[in-house]
Amino acid sequence: MPREAAGGAAAPRDPAGRLIRRWEGLILVLLVTVTLWASAGVDGFANASNVSFLLLDTTEIALMALTMTLVVVAAEIDLSVASTLGLSCAVLGWLWNAGLAIELIMPICLLTGALCGAVNGVLVTRLGLPSLAVTIGTFALYRGLAYVILGDQAVADLPPAYTGLATQTFGPVPLATVLVAVLAALAATVLHATGLGRSIFALGANEEAAHFAGVRVKRIKFWLFVASGACAALASLVYTFRYASARADNGVGLELAVVAAVLLGGVSIFGGRGTLPGVLMAVLLLGVVRNALILADVANEVLNFVTGLLLVASVLAPNLGAIRRRRHLPTPSEGKSVP
Amino acid sequence: MTTRTPWRRLALLTGLALMATACAGTTRSDVTQQTSAPAAPASSAAADPNAPIKQGLKIAFLPKQVNNPYFTIADEGGIAALKEVGGEGKEVGPSEASASSQVSYINTLTQQKQDAIVISANDPNAVVPALKQARAAGIKVVSYDSDTAPEGRDLFVNQASAEDLGRTEVQLLAEQIGFKGKIAILSATPNATNQNTWIEFMKDELSKPEYKDMELVKVAYGNDEDQKSFTETQGLLRSYPDLAGIISPTTVGIAAAARYLSSSPHKGKVKLTGLGTPNQLRKFVKDGTIEGFELWNPGDLGYLAGYAAAALASGQITGAEGEKFKAGKLGEYTIGPKGEILLGKPTVFTKDNIDDFDF
Repeated sequence: MPREAAGGAAAPRDPAGRLIRRWEGLILVLLVTVTLWASAGVDGFANASNVSFLLLDTTEIALMALTMTLVVVAAEIDLSVASTLGLSCAVLGWLWNAGLAIELIMPICLLTGALCGAVNGVLVTRLGLPSLAVTIGTFALYRGLAYVILGDQAVADLPPAYTGLATQTFGPVPLATVLVAVLAALAATVLHATGLGRSIFALGANEEAAHFAGVRVKRIKFWLFVASGACAALASLVYTFRYASARADNGVGLELAVVAAVLLGGVSIFGGRGTLPGVLMAVLLLGVVRNALILADVANEVLNFVTGLLLVASVLAPNLGAIRRRRHLPTPSEGKSVP
Repeated sequence: MTTRTPWRRLALLTGLALMATACAGTTRSDVTQQTSAPAAPASSAAADPNAPIKQGLKIAFLPKQVNNPYFTIADEGGIAALKEVGGEGKEVGPSEASASSQVSYINTLTQQKQDAIVISANDPNAVVPALKQARAAGIKVVSYDSDTAPEGRDLFVNQASAEDLGRTEVQLLAEQIGFKGKIAILSATPNATNQNTWIEFMKDELSKPEYKDMELVKVAYGNDEDQKSFTETQGLLRSYPDLAGIISPTTVGIAAAARYLSSSPHKGKVKLTGLGTPNQLRKFVKDGTIEGFELWNPGDLGYLAGYAAAALASGQITGAEGEKFKAGKLGEYTIGPKGEILLGKPTVFTKDNIDDFDF
């Protein structure tokens, strides 16, 4: 049944689909161009250790962007991911100080993240509240809780075996990147090659239609939020071990970087459109631009300016097409939506 | 028994697995046992006190955040120091004070093969792995303003010792009130580590014979909140109408106290001193509420850190206790225990010099 729903929703969206494919092509071209430019023109960019720095720096953003892609495709958003990361770090530090084994703490952190996601999920699906408002609320709530648990102390005496693992590399490829790649393959398969993925697209494009077509809208959304929380907690483990420091303020502001990458990757903020490869390329593009500009001694303000510009362009470009089409010819899909 | 579902079995298995890992796992006590041995210093080369400062040294200043007036002045001081020795200094850094963003800057500075990194750490521990990599690549690391964990750096340029700060604040107030009368302290929180150390040294200083006519009547706590500090000042003057002076060793406290005093009949009669920044207290110094307060000079701090980094990168010093180096206009410095260099006595700001400072 979800198969039919997805097919029905996708057919009239073909022009939009082509634009999206074009957009991802554009991101790929940009990524290649910037990488080539940086390799040729920026000292210290094209070598193994810089590549591994660059990849490591994008790990947490990439991890959270995987589930964020699914959430945004389902026409929801989770702004509490970085706060969930912070809360999970705080729980880790607190339990570590209490003398628990790190191997036990790690699954507890993942459970904490999943629980955070479940709270978001319940509020959104059972109470029918908008996810933007709910997760702005839990954004403050989870971060506040992190400070309640750990205060302003830093827990730094973490086991070297694990902190070493977080910065371990195979040639230029960090172990953490392998983790990202495996999970990305999993998420891409779910989104693009399973009935569940087609249901997510369907409910993101038109929740009501998907519901009537038999998609279990609420259940899927609930579990997407749980996955988002768990992924944030996983990112918190990488973050804590990578910096060898568990603090309540870990990852402040990362949610914006995650949403930025997802939007730049061509996922529609209104749901129903987007691909995982696009998002991963966007994560890399933002990472490469940032790394190359810092290496080229470009001031931080210019850096933020360039990132902002890329983002505005990413939101504007697909919509420009839509605006133009709407002005010139009333599209069939629009005709359909009016009874 | 028949109701046992796969779910229950899964939960049971997970529980058992968790217990098993808990028994065999790594706990905090394991790690503290392993890491109790101090890390050996990275540099094994001997210092050559007569080595000339190398020309064309590239040294980067990595403050907690850029566009912060305090660090802008400190880093300008450092860049000026580098210019004096024929090197090249630059300031790079994140626009928000977070540990993780400093790490990516450390990594890029390592790529750029800077000769030294001068850093004020947002998180003393989070920057250490990256700094260790930088040091392994032959880059010297000097921390200033906020130290990193010792294994992350060669030297720490300390802006002021707790003892100097505590004693000089008492000396400053004593001169203003003529070594006579009741005084009070307006601190931050009752368990603020820095403030409590300073207050101990203040009490020790006050026990000297020259202060026999001065009496510390109360230590009040404004919790580093503006409103609470304001009310506490008010309360102090109600309880002790003949109070001669207040020391507030916190920038929030001194500003709130100044705000209260300047609008009260006690203005100019009750002396106020402590730690503050010129921009925050300029108005109160000009209108006579405050005669003088103190803080270290951030420009000198950066300048000294710049010279220390240049001396390290040139092999004049290695960071061992007792080594000496010259720091331009500031004169000669000796490295103290634990790789620390003390900037010296804090600067006193009065109406005569306050306009020379903008931070």
